[in-house]
Amino acid sequence: MDITALADGLYGIPLLGIVFQIVGFLVDVIPSNAPNIMNQSTPLALAALCGVLCERSGVVNIGIEGTMLAAAFTAWVVGVAVNPMFGSPAPGPIFGLTIPLVISLVAAVLVAVLISTLHAWLSISLRADQIISGTIINIAAFGVTGYLDQLISKSSPAGAGSFAAFTPPTELTNLPVIGWLIAMFLNQGPIAMSTIVIIIGGQIWLFRSRWGLRTRAVGEHPRAAETVGIDVIRLRYRNVMLGGVFAGLGGAWLSIEATNSFQIGMTTGRGFIALAAMIMGRWTPIGAFGSALLFALFLQISQLIKIAPPAGDLGTVMSSVPAQLWDALPYLLTIVILAGVVGRSIPPAADGQPYEREAAA
Amino acid sequence: MTAQPPEARRPKRSTAARIWMVMAVPVTVVVLAVLLGAAIVLVSELLVPGKAFDWGLPLVAYGALIEGAFGNSDAVVSTLVNSTPLVFGGLAVGFGFKAGLFNIGAQGQFLVGALGAVIVGVWLADAPAVVAMPAAALAGFVAGGLWGFVPGFLKAVSGAHEVVSTIMMNYIAVQLLAALVSGPLKVPRSPSPVTFDVGNAAFPILLGRNGHLGILLALLAAGFVWWLLFRTTWGFEVRSVGANADASRYAGMRPKLITMATMTFSGALAGLAGTSVLLGVTHTMTSSFGTTVGFDSIAVALLARSHPLATVLAALLFGGMRAGAGLMQIRAQIPVELVDVLQAVILLFLVASPVLRRVLHAVTPAGVPDVEAPMADMTPGALA
Repeated sequence: MDITALADGLYGIPLLGIVFQIVGFLVDVIPSNAPNIMNQSTPLALAALCGVLCERSGVVNIGIEGTMLAAAFTAWVVGVAVNPMFGSPAPGPIFGLTIPLVISLVAAVLVAVLISTLHAWLSISLRADQIISGTIINIAAFGVTGYLDQLISKSSPAGAGSFAAFTPPTELTNLPVIGWLIAMFLNQGPIAMSTIVIIIGGQIWLFRSRWGLRTRAVGEHPRAAETVGIDVIRLRYRNVMLGGVFAGLGGAWLSIEATNSFQIGMTTGRGFIALAAMIMGRWTPIGAFGSALLFALFLQISQLIKIAPPAGDLGTVMSSVPAQLWDALPYLLTIVILAGVVGRSIPPAADGQPYEREAAA
Repeated sequence: MTAQPPEARRPKRSTAARIWMVMAVPVTVVVLAVLLGAAIVLVSELLVPGKAFDWGLPLVAYGALIEGAFGNSDAVVSTLVNSTPLVFGGLAVGFGFKAGLFNIGAQGQFLVGALGAVIVGVWLADAPAVVAMPAAALAGFVAGGLWGFVPGFLKAVSGAHEVVSTIMMNYIAVQLLAALVSGPLKVPRSPSPVTFDVGNAAFPILLGRNGHLGILLALLAAGFVWWLLFRTTWGFEVRSVGANADASRYAGMRPKLITMATMTFSGALAGLAGTSVLLGVTHTMTSSFGTTVGFDSIAVALLARSHPLATVLAALLFGGMRAGAGLMQIRAQIPVELVDVLQAVILLFLVASPVLRRVLHAVTPAGVPDVEAPMADMTPGALA
């Protein structure tokens, strides 16, 4: 029996037809766009991992957005400065690696760690309001990168280019059923590809290592953790700074992997969406990654619908909604998830509370 | 935060000492920011190749900034016009702080408020001004309130943190505005997406070249919010919930209801900020309508420590910087974004103010008590 005829028949059924059309659309769209979805989820997953590390140890970091923005700017601007020094080398054979690109990446990570350290100092040592501290980091990052970008962009300089995606052999990607999954994970640039490893590593680290156990203890009950000899302050510093590494990678992805330039405010809320992904993933690295993929799927769909809406009634309905509203979809989804899931997903008990040592007796 | 009422531990002292106590940190912070800003200008000279290094550039820049903000009567009016939305926005964010809520969504509420004002304003463009103007302003107030109600409702009902949900509402507002201005609200056959003029609904000019009615309304709003917070039962409940939600519940208040009402009113105030810009300045809306008012409002509220009357002063400071930035860019070739940097630096110093206070302690006149409690001034409700 002809499948398309069957599909046409099913689509004709009211209501159920719409469900079939949506499923059909997803089945049609997901495999062919899987590498894109994985790629788009990279900054979300990395930023969410940063959030997990911070919040599991009891520090709320709402400044991830600004940290990523600063890292993205640094990656680009360091590339601009360093590239001529190395004679603007041609892209290397693997990932398009060049020395300037690697230097840019390292610089981005360093800046992100520096900003995270500032957040740690304000919120752990000064016991400032963590939300306000994070917000100020966001405002500062937006202001400083915007100012510097205006200064530097006058001469519209070229950056160090961007990392290239790895192309897996077509024998693998053409495999039936799982070929698209292989393409999804291997047809990626270096940051996106390493994200998977980082996430799995993070999961093992958080739930199977001594440091992970201590982190969770400090996030749940810092006083108890301290009584068994854990240095709460130092552990929180370490976690927030390590989180900065991942936020830095996520920021660098924006300006030297996904694109090859910097735009003012180019994070466009990814740092905040990542926080929602973290909550939805119940403060676990793998869960956060799964939610990040879901968000990326919605991002991708909202773009696809504008370019190539599906055929049939579903497509007609979808095309009649203004394009800008599809752009709002990921943000709407974030609110829905926050409102719907947050009640059932419980943050670490000491999340957001500054810790003060008891005075030595 | 100490539980003691402030009066109990503060001895009587001279007016000058009291003023210093309140002003020391904000003033020092602004001075430090100006110095650091000068350093940034000098460093950024190095970034632009092909120009002679000029030690005096920060002075030229600040001179132009001040001249552009207060140099002549036009500049002063321009400062007032720039400050107006910041007063509304600062009041909005500050009011939220008082109830322990961080309304970071002033930007979205600003946009939706302006959207409400333009829809009603265009609809009533030919009606008499007595009808059109209040109706358009009310629409902006209500639209902003609605945009604030959603995160307030979600916070009260499901505990969704208002910081993330208001930020998402900001992005949704941007897209909603773009969709409407390039869709149903667009002037037919116009090459670029723009709405019709609000006509009679526009605020009249009262002062100089463009000093509109909104300036007066902003001042009235500041007085009203002060009265609301410190002279009414509702204001007392708002501050109580901000200071200690549990205690307020034991005392018979309903924190969830207060949360919703506060976010709604805060959103409505931010909506008025958008309304004042739309009815007072632009009169039409383009798809790129939107300013830095949202971020600026947070800065204003923090600098004013959420006090409604201090908000006016803080708004004048930032409004003046915005007004003078243009002249600074022309004279000193420094991007207007320097104002964003200054603002960010002011905020950073403010958050680090416990350190600053320790340093300033030596300078404070004798008899001024310890105001050490970390962030007490910024933590909602601690002011009273």
